[in-house]
Amino acid sequence: MAQITISEEDFRKFREFFYRKTGIQFEETKRYFVDKRLVERIEATHSENFRNYFMMLRFEASGLELQALVNLMTVNETYFFREEYQFKCLVDSMLNDITRRKKDNTPIRIWSIPSSSGEEAYSIVIYLLEYWPGIEKWDVEIISSDIDTDIIARARRGQYTPRSVQHLPSALLKKYFQPQAGGYQLIDDLREAVEFTRVNLMEPADVRAYRKFDVIFCRNLLIYFDDLSRRQAAETFFDALNPGGFVCLGHSESMSRISSLFRVRKFPEAIVYQKPLGDK
Amino acid sequence: MKHILIVDDAATVRMYHRNILESAGYGVEEAVNGIEALEKALQTTFDLYVVDINMPKLDGYGFLKQMRSQEITQTPALMVSTEAEASDRQRAFGAGANLYLVKPVKPEVLLSYVRLLLGEAGT
Amino acid sequence: MAIVKQQPIQQTSVDERQRSRDLPGLIAELEAEDPAARRWAARDLSEHPSSVLALVGRLKCENDSSVREAILTTLTCLGDKAAVAGLVECLRSEDVALRNEVIEAMKQLPEEVAPIMGELLADTDPDVRIFAVNILESLRHPLVESWLIGVIQNDSHINVCATAVDLLGEVGSSSSREALKSLKSRFPDDPYICFAADLALKRINED
Repeated sequence: MAQITISEEDFRKFREFFYRKTGIQFEETKRYFVDKRLVERIEATHSENFRNYFMMLRFEASGLELQALVNLMTVNETYFFREEYQFKCLVDSMLNDITRRKKDNTPIRIWSIPSSSGEEAYSIVIYLLEYWPGIEKWDVEIISSDIDTDIIARARRGQYTPRSVQHLPSALLKKYFQPQAGGYQLIDDLREAVEFTRVNLMEPADVRAYRKFDVIFCRNLLIYFDDLSRRQAAETFFDALNPGGFVCLGHSESMSRISSLFRVRKFPEAIVYQKPLGDK
Repeated sequence: MKHILIVDDAATVRMYHRNILESAGYGVEEAVNGIEALEKALQTTFDLYVVDINMPKLDGYGFLKQMRSQEITQTPALMVSTEAEASDRQRAFGAGANLYLVKPVKPEVLLSYVRLLLGEAGT
Repeated sequence: MAIVKQQPIQQTSVDERQRSRDLPGLIAELEAEDPAARRWAARDLSEHPSSVLALVGRLKCENDSSVREAILTTLTCLGDKAAVAGLVECLRSEDVALRNEVIEAMKQLPEEVAPIMGELLADTDPDVRIFAVNILESLRHPLVESWLIGVIQNDSHINVCATAVDLLGEVGSSSSREALKSLKSRFPDDPYICFAADLALKRINED
């Protein structure tokens, strides 16, 4: 097979398309990284050259290749305190915004989806206990869901590799984990703090019972969905939230590629999306 | 250097406007629709918005309305549209646009509108 | 106060849903006063292909954007001829937000939109022709380039051509070359058309 090359204009065309679809913008300095992955997909799909591949990417009815490519262009790794600025935003801004409006003393409800192996949900618990003074006054419920029952079982077990906890301050690691062979075991008090459930976000019957949440964390998931599924997920979140509730997406994701249901809300720590207050 | 946010879903239009504005010495950023424009406008201070009307997710009117209702009330906005009717202009001004320009856009006209809105007219 | 755990999630289903969830019940619910009830009805109707007309009817007068979004998502899922016909009517609406939402929905329905694309591109209203080109931006269909070539060869309205040439900058192949050149000669004084056509030609020549 002839050497596949990506020309300057190919790169630009691809960059514009990918940006419009995902919101991810590659700088010129990322050229090598992007080219390499494009060539990889061109070969894997037997497309022969960039042009054929790009046409398939745009016009293939299923849209599956775009998803495969997004997968390749993004790093999806989960670890404790990943994208920590959003947890800061939770305890310093969002929760205070919510409690100011709250008229009863029912628990504040947080939904973390996908749960993956539990790092995000447990990070939220640790953040609330350590950094949110409001925890003295308010009850908080944390529910975390995933489509995959094996990974839910892993999340419940709470066993983590050193790599997974490397961003935790050592005092917190000591406080909430016990060293064990090959890694760390989360203490039982924390394991019991999160309710893990199995949910298929695309299944109306599965999500119908998920209501009255104040904050939803859904990071680095929707970017892998096609346009229609993303919209459906956004609608599910809209119905699952109380008026004024928040959605937090991953740092490379933007609601601007998903739905116009939510308001853009700026806090000092992060941009998040808010269900309008007037809506039930 | 004055900073301008171009909001348009068409890549070629953004590139065209960028070329014109950059060669006149302005700094330029881009957004593909109203939501992305809001995200950028809330994080960075711009001196001017150049906004298309028809865009997916959040159109130009929606962007201006939400922007004007948040903290950005003073920054001028130039609306650029294919729609030439008086009612379209009225709507744009009602939503918070300061000037209205009908496509296709000539470089010298775009620049004169931009200078006017930035208070640089006559320079 | 603390981190607490409620009883496991259960079907709260009955939650605020008063009417029955069968087809007539849901269609009646589309007219409910509460936008949340209308939204839920619209979402649940995705199980009922025969609800298309009722959904389109509601879409035209619905002014809550969250309900509109739910109706459009359901229409996209149902996506038959009747749904597309209803969407086309909404393209003529004066409501910019509705039109843009409809364009997005139609992008998702290449099978159903393709047969009427020729008609849309020949509409007497240039705005409708521009919207048709907007739909082509994301329509997953092999004829997209041919449609765009037809537009820049034949459409007399400069903004319809301007919208099409923007897309050809991304999807144009050597088959577009001659049409792009003749577009420039049709609008020699327009700087945008010349800029966009030159960009598309440059990209084609590099391939």
